Amino acid sequence: MSLSKLEIEQLLKLIGRTADQELNCEQCLARVAEFAESQLSGKSIPAGLRTVEQHLAVCGGCREEYEALWQTLNSLRGGSDV
Amino acid sequence: MSGWPRADDSFLEDCSQDSLLRVLDKLDQFDGRSQFATWATTIAIRVALGQLRRSRWKDVSLSDLVHAADVPSRNETTDDWAPDAQMQRRELLEALTTSIHRDLTDRQRTALLAELKGMPQDEIAEQLGSSRNALYKLTHDARKKLKERLEVAGFTAEDLVATLAK
Repeated sequence: MSLSKLEIEQLLKLIGRTADQELNCEQCLARVAEFAESQLSGKSIPAGLRTVEQHLAVCGGCREEYEALWQTLNSLRGGSDV
Repeated sequence: MSGWPRADDSFLEDCSQDSLLRVLDKLDQFDGRSQFATWATTIAIRVALGQLRRSRWKDVSLSDLVHAADVPSRNETTDDWAPDAQMQRRELLEALTTSIHRDLTDRQRTALLAELKGMPQDEIAEQLGSSRNALYKLTHDARKKLKERLEVAGFTAEDLVATLAK
């Protein structure tokens, strides 16, 4: 069995989004709370947090955790779940 | 979190205790750039999702998963793409397949394919006897290598996105 079309597309997307310098998962964890609060405030993402956004674009595990965080914070603020 | 599958009271209690310990352990890393509650929640979510992932994947062998996955075969995988895009996609897929075989180490290939098959990084790292950060570096190096090789073959990041959009 080969990789499916979806998985190949996913791999190509990952390759396309790959940067020379990326945060690792621990570095992302250290900044992701600040990133989530920035996102929830509706303001544009500060330049210093772009690396968090880039990491979330290529790391499925951290992205899943961020989505859970975002839903949690959003529901605490009285918003609807995504 | 209580609405998540497999998140029963016992699980939540364990997660709460583990999260508290983890937060205390990392307390000196809190730098005040976010609210403390937000920061602590990020750690609790990592703990909880980590435990859920381990429970879901504990019976899946990395070697079986990757052996089943294999690398892309250009003949099998471009047939369902639109005919007008098939030529470019075949060339792209051939370059990708060649690079996966030639340029990646066994360990890089295994980690990357397992990720594509949905295995969580914590589980891949554990089965490889590594850490999540080390695994991230391994797959980041693999992606950089593939990107570099595809660029040498004439495919830029923009080409990859455009080819996928067709």
